[in-house]
Amino acid sequence: MKKLTILALTSAMVAGTPAMADLVFPSLSYRTGPYAAGGIPFADGYADYMTLLNQRDGGIGGVETRVVECETAYNTERGVECYESTRGEGALVYQPLSTGITYQLIPRTTVDGIPLHTMGYGRTSAANGNIFSHTFNYPANYWDAASVIINQLLEENDGSLEGQTIALLYHNSAYGREPIRTLQTLAEQEGFTLTEIAVDHPGQEQGNQWLQIRRERPDYVVMWGWGVMNQVAVQEAINTRYPMENFIGNWWSGSDHDVEQAGADAAGYRSLNMNRLGDMPVFAEIQEHVIDAGLAAGDGSNLGNVLYTRGMYAAFLAAEAAALAQEMSGESEITPAHMRDAMEALVIDAETMEAAGMPGIGPEFAVSCEDHGGTGMAIMQQWDGEQWVTLTDFIAPDDSVTQPLVLEDSAQYAEENGIEPQCAES
Amino acid sequence: MPDQLIFAMEVILNGLLNGVMYSLVALGFVLIFKASGIFNYAQGVMALFAAMTLVGIQQGRVPFGHLINAIFGTDIHYFGWEVPALAAILMTVLIMIAFAYLVQRFVFKHLVGQEPIILFMATIGLAYFLEGVSDLMWGSEIRNLDVGLPQGINDWIDVTTFEALGYGFFIDNLDIAAAIIAAILVMSLIAYSQYTKNGRAMRAVADDHQAALSVGISLNYVWILVWSLAGMVALVAGVMWGSKSGVQFSLSLIALKALPVLMLGGFTSIPGAIVGGLIIGVGEALFEFAIGPMIGGATENWFAYVLALVFLVFRPQGLFGEKIIERV
Repeated sequence: MKKLTILALTSAMVAGTPAMADLVFPSLSYRTGPYAAGGIPFADGYADYMTLLNQRDGGIGGVETRVVECETAYNTERGVECYESTRGEGALVYQPLSTGITYQLIPRTTVDGIPLHTMGYGRTSAANGNIFSHTFNYPANYWDAASVIINQLLEENDGSLEGQTIALLYHNSAYGREPIRTLQTLAEQEGFTLTEIAVDHPGQEQGNQWLQIRRERPDYVVMWGWGVMNQVAVQEAINTRYPMENFIGNWWSGSDHDVEQAGADAAGYRSLNMNRLGDMPVFAEIQEHVIDAGLAAGDGSNLGNVLYTRGMYAAFLAAEAAALAQEMSGESEITPAHMRDAMEALVIDAETMEAAGMPGIGPEFAVSCEDHGGTGMAIMQQWDGEQWVTLTDFIAPDDSVTQPLVLEDSAQYAEENGIEPQCAES
Repeated sequence: MPDQLIFAMEVILNGLLNGVMYSLVALGFVLIFKASGIFNYAQGVMALFAAMTLVGIQQGRVPFGHLINAIFGTDIHYFGWEVPALAAILMTVLIMIAFAYLVQRFVFKHLVGQEPIILFMATIGLAYFLEGVSDLMWGSEIRNLDVGLPQGINDWIDVTTFEALGYGFFIDNLDIAAAIIAAILVMSLIAYSQYTKNGRAMRAVADDHQAALSVGISLNYVWILVWSLAGMVALVAGVMWGSKSGVQFSLSLIALKALPVLMLGGFTSIPGAIVGGLIIGVGEALFEFAIGPMIGGATENWFAYVLALVFLVFRPQGLFGEKIIERV
C-alpha cells in the first residue's frame, strides 16, 4: 500500500510538472500505408529543418524546437486521433499533409485556438482569413494551381485555349475533386472543353481511364494525383504513347518517385511546384549539422528531393512564424494564440529566404487577416529523364477567377457554421 | 463498323487481360483455402513482401538495414553487389518457402482443429505482422522493379487492328506477358497436383483431412507445401503488378481485387479463379466504358463487388465452387 501511495504521488508530481520549455511542432506524418512514399520525404524535411535550428542556432529565439511525430497512415480517423493525442503537448501549429484530415481539423483547431497550416492542400477557401480564423494555406492552394496551369497553357497557345480539350485525371477523393470547380469556370471562360476522369483510391488500376484518354486524345491531361496513382498514370501515359509534354501534374504529382520507375521514358512530363528546385546552402548545413551528426529523421537519402524540400520549406515557414510570434509577444515561450497572430502577420521576402539559406525557394508573400492564402504562385518543372528541371519562373494565378470562388465557398461555410467575419473592423 | 462497337471490343480485350491480373492474386487464395479451409487475408501482403524481397535482393540491400543502423549506430544500406533477376527470383522463392515453414510452425500448427473464423483472424494478424516486417526489412519507399518484362503498347496488334478496323487497339505487352505467365502457372499447378506424389497428397488433404491423415499423409508437410506455392503465386502477382507502379505498399491492396473474383469463381477452384477473374475484368471494364461517364466514373472497385453479389445470389458456392450440402 505504501509503495502504491509513493507511486501515485510520484506520478502526480510528474504529471503536474510544467511542460519543458520548447516549441512544439506536431508532425502528422505517414511513414506507412499506401501513401508513405510521399509522406516520408516530407516528414524528413520538416523534422530535419527543426533539428538544424536546434543544432545550429540553439532553437528559435533560444528555445529548442520539438517535433512530435504521429503516424496517420493518410487515414482521416487516425489523423484526428493524432490531433487529439498531441494537442495537449503545447502544439503551436498543425500540418496534417492530408486534405481529408484538414477538413476534420478545421472546426476543431478553431475551437481549440490552434493554427492549422495546410500548405498547398486542404480546403481552398480557407484562404479567406476573414472566415477561417485559424486555418492558413499560404503560399498557394489548389485553385491557384488549376489557374496557374491554365495560365501557362494560355501562354503556350498564344493566349487562347478556344476549342482545345483538357482532361482532368483526378484522385477520386476530397483532394482530387478540389480543382473541378475552378477548371469548370476556366473552361467556360477560356472556351476549352473539360473532361473529368476519376481514378479510385489508391490508383493502382487506371487501364480504363487511359483507354478513354487514348480514344478521346485530349490536347492536355492535367493530373490531380497522389501516391501510387502518379506512378501508374505516368506509366500508362508512356504505354499509350500520350505526348508526355502535354501531361501536367499538380504539385503533389511531381515528386522524384513519381517518375523514377519510368525513368527516361517519362521525359517531358511536367508538373507544378510551389517551391524552387536545385542546390541551396541550407542543404549543406543539414548535411553537416543533422545527417552527419546522426540526427536525421530518415537515412538522409531524401535530402534535396522535391518532397523533402517542400517539407523543409513548410518547417521554415513555421519557424519564421514562431520567431515573429516571439518578437510580437515579447515572450520566448509562445502560445498557439501568439503563433496564430504571427502567422497572420507573416511576411516572407527575399532577404528572409536568403538568410535561411534557401534563396528564392518560394515566392515573396505577405499574410493578412483577410488573406491567409499567399500569392498562389507556382513554378512549372519538367522531368528530363533523370531529374526535375525548372522550366519557368513563379507563375501567378488568375485572382479574378479564384477569388470570387474563394469568397463564395467561404461565405457558404460561414453561413452553415454561424461564423462571423473576424476582420470586419479592420 | 460503328466506332462505339470497335471501342467496346478494345475495352473487352483489355478487360480480359486485366482479369488475368486479378486471377493471379485470386490463385493464391484458392490454393490455401482448398487445402486447409483457411481464407488467407495475408495473400495481398505476401505479394508485397515477395516483391519487396525480390527488389531488395536484386539491389543488394541489407535487410533490416534501418534497424541495424539504429541499434548499432552504423550506416550500412547496401552490400555493394547486385544480383541478376533470375538468381534473385530463386532466392526470393526460397525465402517464401522459409516463410511458409515459419507460418506453419509457429501459427497454424497450433490452431489445427479450430473454427474457420479463428484461422481467418490469425491470417489478419499475420497480414499486419508481415506488413510491419516488410517495412522493417526493406523500408517503405517505392522500389523500382525491373525483371526484364516487356511493357508498352503492342505494335503488331495496333497496326493489324488499324488496318482491319481503322482503329488501332491498345494492348499492353505487360498484360500479354501476364496472360502467358498465368497460363503457364495454372497448367503447372494442375500438372503438379495431378501427376506428382505431393500434388496427390495436396488433393487428398483438400478432399478430406481425416482420411488423408489415416493413410499417412502429413498434414503439416502439405500445409507448408501449399503456403509455399501460395508464396510463389504471390511473387508472380507482386512482380506483374509492381512492374507498372514500382513496388510499394499499395501492392498489398490488390487482394481486394481478388475477393469478387473468389466470390464469383468459388474459393476452391483454380479454373474458377481464372474464369472469375476474366468475368470481373470484362464486366467492370464494360460498365466503366458504357455507364461510368454518366455517373462520374471510377466505378471499377464497387462494380466488381456488385457483379460478384449478383452471381452469389444465384450460385452461392460460386461458378466452380463445391456445392455444400448439409443434412440435418
